[in-house]
Amino acid sequence: MGLEEKLPSGILLTTVEQIVGLARKTSMWPATFGLACCAIEMMSAGGPHYDLARFGMEKFGATPRQADLMVVAGRVSQKMAPVLRQIYDQMPEPKWVIAMGVCASSGGMFNNYAIVQGVDHVVPVDMYLPGCPPRPEMFLDAVLKLHDKVQNTKLGAHREQEITETEERMLRRSLPLVSKD
Amino acid sequence: MTVTEDYIDASGGDWDEVIEKAQATSAERLVVNMGPQHPSTHGVLRLVLTLDGETCTEARVGIGYLHTGIEKNMEFRTWTQGTTFVTRMDYLTPLFNEAAYCLAVEKLLGITDRIPERADVIRVMMMELNRMASHFVAMATFGMELGATTIMTNGFREREMILDIFELVTGLRMNHAYIRPGGVAQDLPPGAVGKIQELLKEMPERIKIMRKLLDENPIYLARTRDIAHLNLPGCMALGVTGPLLRASGLAWDLRKAKPYCGYENYEFDVPVSDGGDVYARYRVRMAELEESLKIVEQCLDKLRPGPVMIEDAKIGWPAKLALGPDGMGNSPDHIAHIMSSSMEALIHHFKLVTEGFRVPAGQAYAAVESAKGELGCYAVSDGGTRPHRVHFRDPSFTHLQAVAAMCEGGTVADVIAAVASIDPVMGGVDR
Amino acid sequence: MSTDNERERNEEAARLPDQLGRERLAAPVRRTGMFGTSTTGDTSGFGRLRVRGSAPVSAERPYTDPDDPRTADFDRVADDLEAALGENAGAVERVEVARGEITFHVRRESLPRLARLLRDEPSLRYELCLGVTGVHFPEDTDRELHAVYHFRSITHNSEIRVSTTCPDSDPHIPSIVSVYPTNDWHEREAWDFFGIVFDGHPALTRIQMPDDWQGHPQRKDYPLGGIPVEYRGATVPPPDERRAYK
Repeated sequence: MGLEEKLPSGILLTTVEQIVGLARKTSMWPATFGLACCAIEMMSAGGPHYDLARFGMEKFGATPRQADLMVVAGRVSQKMAPVLRQIYDQMPEPKWVIAMGVCASSGGMFNNYAIVQGVDHVVPVDMYLPGCPPRPEMFLDAVLKLHDKVQNTKLGAHREQEITETEERMLRRSLPLVSKD
Repeated sequence: MTVTEDYIDASGGDWDEVIEKAQATSAERLVVNMGPQHPSTHGVLRLVLTLDGETCTEARVGIGYLHTGIEKNMEFRTWTQGTTFVTRMDYLTPLFNEAAYCLAVEKLLGITDRIPERADVIRVMMMELNRMASHFVAMATFGMELGATTIMTNGFREREMILDIFELVTGLRMNHAYIRPGGVAQDLPPGAVGKIQELLKEMPERIKIMRKLLDENPIYLARTRDIAHLNLPGCMALGVTGPLLRASGLAWDLRKAKPYCGYENYEFDVPVSDGGDVYARYRVRMAELEESLKIVEQCLDKLRPGPVMIEDAKIGWPAKLALGPDGMGNSPDHIAHIMSSSMEALIHHFKLVTEGFRVPAGQAYAAVESAKGELGCYAVSDGGTRPHRVHFRDPSFTHLQAVAAMCEGGTVADVIAAVASIDPVMGGVDR
Repeated sequence: MSTDNERERNEEAARLPDQLGRERLAAPVRRTGMFGTSTTGDTSGFGRLRVRGSAPVSAERPYTDPDDPRTADFDRVADDLEAALGENAGAVERVEVARGEITFHVRRESLPRLARLLRDEPSLRYELCLGVTGVHFPEDTDRELHAVYHFRSITHNSEIRVSTTCPDSDPHIPSIVSVYPTNDWHEREAWDFFGIVFDGHPALTRIQMPDDWQGHPQRKDYPLGGIPVEYRGATVPPPDERRAYK
């Protein structure tokens, strides 16, 4: 019917989006942002027992300029927040952020003067990973979910269209608010 | 960025600019900023180094990047809930934090002598396992920071075995909140003793492998021997304790000097070395691993059936915890008792869980020999159900002050080895 | 003879219930009501209950309790310290022995001298200083800020606590960094969290909080903070403003 049938064997057709997504997701270079307890679990995930290398993620580097994924692992203090933002700004596009652990996601049990109540106050977050600390398996799960998201990222005009659609959908939705009176 | 005749401050800004300015001046010394996010700074530690070529002439430490306000947070929670906070301070030695805190609270309550024996044995066993886990991470991260991935993977693999036991006993891999004022949260589950025996059989072999990899490794020796020397008077002046002090030749161990949790009933040696350098610290930690194994073995012999929580209805947690289909919770028997047969038990349970127990006004200091040194907990009560103030004297906090003494005059590469040999955990330093 | 009689009479009067009751009423109120609730009324019927703290007491000699092995060397330490202080024995305001621990309450101006003695005197030899921490007692008028030091002697395997105070209006305590260098960061932390100025410290700057932070966060008059969390239009107040049993 289509073009596929006329192709010699060994040729596969796909979209540019899919091939770019595949390339991006299978060689992600994370910038470690190990802060607290979660950093140890993140290192465990990189260790031989859980072996993050299976997903092409073993190249943990602390240099933001050669990284496209930031794993914020741990509680972010008011003193650390500017540093975090600076490192995020130094990373080249495209870049993703995983907020690992409940402290990075929402401040967790430390709702006090010292801790930023969720790292999304400082940088945009793609994946929230709950747990205190999350098990390495949970971290792997978050990574795989992020991979899925990266694989299906739209490009160019499609992306613009997607943004418009999401925005319209957000405007249409109504949340069941608790009545104020 | 500042450039003077004396030094070039490169602790910020673009390298192109730094080089340009550096060429225009006669200054030799360069001030660089290392961290707080750097692969070799052991967490969010910030080092400001003044370099003269490769030599580090001045090393200043900046901390506070992980300040969590835990001590203040605890003032708004009951004494029992405090364990949940302290366990997250030094996250590699959670059980030591809990033990120090609980010992202080028990001292305030005056129940130190009434802790059941089984609880004490379990505490000691868990602490010694934790010491091993902490030392493995210390070595693993040390290797990683020097650029040796094998040490890191080995260390984490060994630690994983201990974490499996922790998970079985406490339900969590880290941040256990297992040791509670009055005892421990729950008894050892079935199968725990078998798992620990397995570890006792397997671990000596693993330690031997680690020793074989490192003890006489020429590269390792070159990076560690005669590096970051700190002698005994230096240790004393800077308040250094733990493996660092023992590596400088003083066999000081709180487990021997001021026994707690029944440490006087165990036979073990205190490893000492008089090298005072990074290698000596490594040797002391290695030997401590072996001693810890000995203690764990003795713990298994000492385990007798009995309660694990103080038999005092005013303090001991009212419920017996049990594993249900949806995770850990109150045991079904207890729920049946308070919900259908005894109103008084329900009131008592409610009061103790929501309000907590009252602690007589006063102050207490309890110290344990954590994997890193003397970990002290100073607790002040005003007679209420919450602490008035809890302060932790964390060994890493005190030890980091020694960085300047260890590094100045050495090369930049040795700064990494020095910091790693202190084994600071920023969660404990900043709290 | 007459003075002795007088003293006896005074002691007797101090034991009378009337006098004791008056002292009790003068003691600071620690808690009101049965549960210490602050947000809603106390429905237990004990709403007007005033729970008072006890006045600071000084321990009587002997400090060593033969039944408590933890107190074994307290008399020796106290004697040696007294002998070392010589004519400055007044530096120690009172001694408290509780829970197997001995606390020397010291006037702040004598602290550096005392620290030097603790370190250098062969009979004392407290080589290790385990740091200082602040404690804030807002109701303890003119002694609001306490600085608590722990010392450990490796030679004699002994441990003591030294406590000193300063008022909120004049938060100065002499530094002992020159004697115990390890106290450098501990004093900076106490300054950061409580605003105690350690005179003579080489570089008393903030250590945990950012340099430009306002206030001293672990004082009792500083809120725990936290942002109010909004959930579906309703707000969850910060922990220190929630209703709770105390």
